Amino acid sequence: MTALVLLEFDAAGIKQPSRSAVAAAEKLGEVHALVAGSGIEAAAQAAAKLPGVAKVLTADVPPLDHLLAEPAAALLVGLAPNYDHLLAATTAVGKNIMPRVAALLDVQPISDIAEVVDTDTFVRPIYAGNGMATVKSSDPKKVITVRAASFDPVATEGGSAAVEPVNVPDLPEMSRFISAELSKSERPELTAARVVISGGRGMQSGENFNLLEPIADKLGAAVGASRAAVDAGFVPNDYQVGQTGKIVAPELYIAVGISGAIQHLAGMKDSKVIVAINKDEEAPIFQVADYGLVADLFKALPELKEELERS
Amino acid sequence: MKILVPVKRVVDYNVKVRVKADGTGIETAGVKMSMNPFDEIGVEEAVRLKEKGAATEIVAVSMGVPQCAETIRTALAMGADRGILVETDAELQPLAVAKLLKAIAEKEQPKLIILGKQAIDDDMNATGQMLAALLGWPQGTFASKITIEGDGITVTREVDGGLETVALTLPAIITTDLRLNEPRYASLPNIMKARKKPIDNLKPADLGVDPKPRLTTVKVAEPPKRKAGVKVGSVAELVEKLKTEAKVI
Repeated sequence: MTALVLLEFDAAGIKQPSRSAVAAAEKLGEVHALVAGSGIEAAAQAAAKLPGVAKVLTADVPPLDHLLAEPAAALLVGLAPNYDHLLAATTAVGKNIMPRVAALLDVQPISDIAEVVDTDTFVRPIYAGNGMATVKSSDPKKVITVRAASFDPVATEGGSAAVEPVNVPDLPEMSRFISAELSKSERPELTAARVVISGGRGMQSGENFNLLEPIADKLGAAVGASRAAVDAGFVPNDYQVGQTGKIVAPELYIAVGISGAIQHLAGMKDSKVIVAINKDEEAPIFQVADYGLVADLFKALPELKEELERS
Repeated sequence: MKILVPVKRVVDYNVKVRVKADGTGIETAGVKMSMNPFDEIGVEEAVRLKEKGAATEIVAVSMGVPQCAETIRTALAMGADRGILVETDAELQPLAVAKLLKAIAEKEQPKLIILGKQAIDDDMNATGQMLAALLGWPQGTFASKITIEGDGITVTREVDGGLETVALTLPAIITTDLRLNEPRYASLPNIMKARKKPIDNLKPADLGVDPKPRLTTVKVAEPPKRKAGVKVGSVAELVEKLKTEAKVI
């Protein structure tokens, strides 16, 4: 069996969620990787170095820049006859493209898998992770998105796959990229960070998120937020951790002023160590926290900053 | 311009769901059901487009058990004009839903179909993209802002690093993200008025679609439980434990 993984990349190389998708694909058979866009030589070389990748396919044409769903799905459908499994990470890009691919192939996609049982059978979360469903697909091909937090990413070095350009089919031109407004941050990406510190409604304002900054700096952490904080307009939506935001599983997750709604827990409960700081000792977040501190965050955060600076 | 808004009946957002003891699924008997929150945002957006004069008619569609008519009534009370219920006891997965919606779209000829980005029960996040593929239409998923201009629509999308703006030609599919709008509560007079609005009743066979599921649920298990840890008395103690006990800083 052979699996094809659609990779996402930036100037730094192949993104971590895509490397987790490669790790999931390794459990299914031989792994080929697809790199699409224009000016992709460096990304193709980075893909070739991923351990476990047997072949890298490149589609080097400008209409595939930004991986818009319509042309990217057409490309994948063209390559599908050679593969039993088509995978991408459960990212904004993967979620946008893969169901479109599945419908064009007349198969039911299998979204956000957390475990590979066998080549037809997968475990995926339902109801915000309150149930883990084992599902078996009867489709001849499987179209899959992979929950990155559930699979350790393959390393960035160690492989030496051949790189092979593919014939690009006619691509539909019904959508056009206009612009991207990406949050500028020196910090690691939420889904790749070793430490995440998130604020909730208890932060009371966007300005107060500044209290998290020095602590994040000290710990090399990414800054996240609960949906309540996003809904209240404190921070942009790309900070959101939870069922409808990002799924993270860092070594250390610090929840500050977050009550712990099930929708938030769905996005962070696989973290290795969870710390909760909340003044309400009944807050449900304490039921999942390894270390709970019942305290006023406006007092605790400056103290935490000092304590970390001292060490 | 006609807008189609598919709406799904799901376990209410606030219900704490439980896995059935026999592991066959989630306990839904006697549980409060509501419209999928992302679909509510879709209905709201369609109603706003109609209020601005950009849309002329809004058709709400739901599929499943007869009680899905209640979900359609909610959409009608918010401002949709009429409903279509595709009634079936069969389990409907996104591929089947997309095929049924395609058949309805071919009959109704809408210029825009607005769906929720994901249903909060199966968390698939697939139907909108699949419907776009089957119709051969462009898709603007996870939308936080849409602007219609002539034959095109500009969509600002929530993506992992921030926002992305794309231009699509109509007809098109939109799927909603949280920040697109804040749905209204239906007023009592509008709820009364909604009772008189028509709902067509169809069966999957009327639309020539075989809704057979492609995924079989082998079992549903409880997620691994985390046990609550310890409470610490001070920030100093917290930092100490993170260093020496958890060894994460």
